Formats: sequence, structure tokens, C-alpha cells
Amino acid sequence: MSTWFVPRDAAARSMGADAVANALEARGETVIRNGSRGMLWMEPLVERADERHGPRVGWSNMTAGQIDAGLPNEQSDNFIGAVEEVDYLAKQNRWIYERVGITDPVDPEDYVAHGGLTGLKKALAMSGSDVVQAVTDSGLRGRGGAGFPAGIKWRTVADQAPAPHAGESRNAPAHKYICVNADEGDSGTFADRMLMEGDPFCLLEGMTIAAHAVGADRGLVYLRSEYPDAIATLQSAIWIAREQGWLGDSILGSDLCFDVEIRIGAGSYVCGEETAMLESLEGRRGMVRAKPPLPAIKGLFGTPTVINNVLTIASVPSILARGAEAYAALGQNRSLGTQVFQLAGNIARGGIVETAFGISAKALIEDFGGGTRSGRPLRAVQIGGPLGAYLSPEKLDVAMEYEALIEAGGMIGHGGVVLFDDSVNMAEQARFAMDFCVEESCGKCTPCRIGAVRGVETIDKIRAGKDVEANTELLRDLCDVMTQGSLCAMGGLTPNPVLSALNTFPEDFASPVIATG
Amino acid sequence: MSNARYPEWQAEAAEALIAPIVASEPGPVLLCLQAVQGHFGYVPGDAVAMIAEACNVSRADVHGVFTFYADLRDTPPPAVPVRLCAAEACQAVGGRDVKAEWAKACGDDADLAALTGVDEPIFCLGNCALGPAALVDGELMGCADVARLKAAVTQAQAVGEGA
Repeated sequence: MSTWFVPRDAAARSMGADAVANALEARGETVIRNGSRGMLWMEPLVERADERHGPRVGWSNMTAGQIDAGLPNEQSDNFIGAVEEVDYLAKQNRWIYERVGITDPVDPEDYVAHGGLTGLKKALAMSGSDVVQAVTDSGLRGRGGAGFPAGIKWRTVADQAPAPHAGESRNAPAHKYICVNADEGDSGTFADRMLMEGDPFCLLEGMTIAAHAVGADRGLVYLRSEYPDAIATLQSAIWIAREQGWLGDSILGSDLCFDVEIRIGAGSYVCGEETAMLESLEGRRGMVRAKPPLPAIKGLFGTPTVINNVLTIASVPSILARGAEAYAALGQNRSLGTQVFQLAGNIARGGIVETAFGISAKALIEDFGGGTRSGRPLRAVQIGGPLGAYLSPEKLDVAMEYEALIEAGGMIGHGGVVLFDDSVNMAEQARFAMDFCVEESCGKCTPCRIGAVRGVETIDKIRAGKDVEANTELLRDLCDVMTQGSLCAMGGLTPNPVLSALNTFPEDFASPVIATG
Repeated sequence: MSNARYPEWQAEAAEALIAPIVASEPGPVLLCLQAVQGHFGYVPGDAVAMIAEACNVSRADVHGVFTFYADLRDTPPPAVPVRLCAAEACQAVGGRDVKAEWAKACGDDADLAALTGVDEPIFCLGNCALGPAALVDGELMGCADVARLKAAVTQAQAVGEGA
């Protein structure tokens, strides 16, 4: 009998996947709720396999009504054929996302059957120091945006002795922590969410490898409250992993003891900054800390702490399983391995594209993304989240890697690519960037806290045609102060979208507009 | 205004929520606030004083944490909260227009406004390829428009009343 697959991913559910699954079950069909393949414009993408682990064919944009009218077949208009032969998937090189969309995310047998735990088993057969070396050799860099080499960070933590919590006596239990930053607040990014919903064991396996590598005993995932599905799925996975002996005492029969808990955010963007995240995890206001001390030396509660993004940690199991050398053979220059790009905004074929670093922005946008969803001309692309620059369509030959994007005036950030068609007003986008900083600044640095407010006012004056030349100069000066005088990326990078909009699309600032309130 | 889904504020129940957190967690303040809101739907002023006492910090410290985080509220939530994403990827597909149309729909219909509350800004729901995104009673919606929002509100209301 056939098995049907209907994604349980929040994006698929947001387009009616639950109703589709219910309709199939009402017909007596066997339904597995898999992760999403990441071809989000097709959601709900329903798949059928004649045998549980056999090849699958699919139907895009399925509705419960279509199921009620009769099971879909090869003659249905929305039949897409063999799912893995769809160009969008076939052209990718999936490491982190190797199981996402294929497995039932909370089925431990399915996880192992598709290569899960291979990396952890290899790691446990190695010394912690050798695991750190393998991560260093792979060239893996932080996927949160800063791009710091993961191996160097791990080495620093490994070299520290575990420490008691700050304020406790020297004889109190000593700890090291693995803190995963799952506060994926950048607009246009959803790869952390889809990984946690589509293959949560992969994140837990990566954290466990990190714990073995650096000698940590506790893990925390700081997960934003805006992701209720990811919270629920990861929590289920943690319970199951404990039952399986994948977390807890003597993991997989080794002497490694490590456990993971979730901490839920409370609606603050700046808590995605690592030191603000530590403050929040310690129960305080998410105010950015000055560095040093580095979190690797004095992090959570004063203990040595690895802080990595979800994608960084989730890269590790496949690096160990397939070898650091094979990973480092992908990509170019100092950007090695794969990146999970996320195509978003006004895009025809939005979703997840995992491929080696170095692909051009144009190839991502045109070959994968199919241009704008509206069919209107592309006007601007924001790469790297709300603190990333707006690029014009002429600049899209740029290679998607850390250094090349910086050279082009942008940044890779968390790998989000947001398209805007020609209906966008770039002065409005610049104003929004400042306004977002007003909303989300932690308030520690004056240039960010006050500067953003003044930035909104000044852009409003420019748009209203008041002293345009003087106010434009003032805005540039303000951006300079924010860039130079802020501790973290919130104030320091907000000028990126503002100045890139001003420099690349000056015509949008020139025409006076009537305020709409 | 109250919300039938959450129990009325009760000090003893709140103390029972807070005590185990304070006993086991090294940095308990935010966790206590979240536990109280998770149970009662909001954080009443009495809870701030109670958490301060239990954690042995000043009331100002707890108030400082409470006011920092956008999620935490000091009034009961609406019955069917509706929030529309205000971030760039949704702006790129007409999110601003849908927000304005939704505000107008709530302005024209006092019952709808009371039911769904204020659409406080929320930045990114992680549904950036299927925008405009919205959260209706905690459920994610893709390609949101006013008609779909209204239908989802009606459905969530029916589920709430049936429960």
C-alpha cells in the first residue's frame, strides 16, 4: 500500500497542509508528516511512495478539496513527477539539509536509517581535540553572520577549565555550556526554523558532538517565541533523544554526559546578538555586553561557552560523517562548504537552496528563484537580513560568499535573499531600517538608541523636501556615528540598508511624497 | 476584559509556578515572568512583586526585565490575537497594504477589533517565501489577506467556544 507524505513544517501548514493530511486520512490512507523539501511555492507539496522508503512522486499546491474529489494521480494538473528530479532540488548539494523533507522529523529509526548518528559515532571514537581539529580543517565558519571560524572558537573553549557559575563558591559544580542561537530574527531567513522542524535530531547530534569536542556538560537552545512549531518539534525530539540514550548520561555507551534544554525568547531582535542572548539566558534585559571577556572564556553564568548558530552546529554531523576534507573541497576562497540560502520576499520560487559558497546572487535569484513573484521588474535585493545592504539588479553577479559580498558593499548575514519589485519605494525602506532600530535597540549605546530616532526624523524631512541637501548630509553623518559608535551590529550595521538605499536609489529620496499618516 | 482560555489571577497558583524555577534555575527572573504569562495569559502587577521577592531582587529589576521584552504584557490577551508581519520580506509582497486593510476592517467592526486586539508590530514569522505572513491565534498563515484572516478568526473563535 502507498504511503503519503504531507509536510508538518509551519510554512506548509500555513498553506493548509493539516487539512490535506486530514483529508487523506479520512480516505483511509497512510500519512507521514515529513519536513518540507524547501520548495515553498509548491506547499503543500504532497508526495507518494509505493514503499515506505521507496522513490516518491509529488503534487504541488494540494488542497483538501482535491483529495476529497479523488486521490491525485499522474494525470492531475499539479503532478510534478519524481520529486528528487525536480531541477530546484536536483541542482542542490545538501549536507545540513540532507534529511529535511525526506524523514519523519521525530522518528528516531528514520533518522538512523538516513545516516543520523554517523557523525556522533565517529566523533566519540576520536579525542575531543581531534574533533576540534576536524571542524577547523573543514573551514566551517559561523553561519549567524559574523563568519568566525568555528574550530577556533571551539579550541578556545576546549582550552578552558570548566567553571562554577559566577557568584558560587569555588567548590560548586563546574560547567561548560553549548548555547545554540536559534533566535532567527532576520526577515527573509527561515533555515534555522525549517531545520529544527524538519530534522531536529541533527541539531541535537551537532550539539552533542560539540559537547564532546570541548568538554561541555550542558546545552541550551535559545529559540524565538515567534516559532511555536519549531519549539514543539524540538522539545519532542529532546524527549525522544533522552529515551534513546542520545542525550543524558553515557551517551551511546560512552562516558559523555550531556543534556539539552530549550529557552524561549520573548520577542526581542537584539537577543540574537550573542552577548545580549547570554543576558537574556541569565534572565535579564537583553542588553549587549562589551567584549572582552569573550563568551568562549567567560560566557553563560561566567562559564566557558560555545555560542553557535543553528546552521553552524547542524553542519557538524555531516562534516564528521563525510569528512572535513570533502567539506572543505566545496566553496571558494575563505568561504568553504555549503550555505543554506533562503529565497524570500517577492520571488516566484521561494525556499531553501543549499549549495556550495560562491554561486552568484543572479543564479540564485534567476535560475532557482525564477525572478519576482509579481512578474514586475526586479528593483532591489536585500541580502543578509534587515542590517544588510540593498543591492541593485546590476550588482547581482557578486559571488555569494563572506568576503566577496563585503567587497560589494553587502554581507552574507544568515543567508537570506529578499527580492523587491519596482513598486518598492527605497526611501520608505530606509526609513523602515531606522524605525526597526528604534523598536529593537537594546538602548545601551547612545548612537543606536537616540541615533535611530533622529534617523527616522531626518529621513522624513528629506522625503518631505525640507532642506534636502543639509539633511542628507546630516543623515550620512549620523550613519557614520552609528557605525563607529555602537557596540554591536544593531546600531553598527543599520546604516547599511539606509546608505545603500540612499546611494543606489537617490531618485526615491528626491521626489517629495505626501505623508500618508 | 478577561480571556476565558486563561484562569483568573490567583496568587497561590502563581507562587506554585515560580517556586520550582527559583529553586533550580540560576537566572530565574525571565523564566518566572514567562511561566506566569504562559499560565494566566499576562503578568499582573502583583506577579512582579511576587517574583522580585522570590528571586531576591528589587521590584525595579523585575519591572526592567518585564518592560524590555515585547512579548510580555500586563493586560489579558484578546480572545483571538491577530498579528501581521511587519518586516521586509512581507513588505515586498504588499504586507503594508494588508496591514492597512486589516486595520480598516477592525476600525469598521468593533466586535472584530475587540476579538483580535491590537496588531502590535511583530518582525518576521519565518514564512518569508509565502508572505504576507500572519499569526492568527498562534497559527501561522501564508499569503494573508483580509478575507483569509477573517475566515481564520471565525474558525479559531468556533474552536475556542467549542472547547
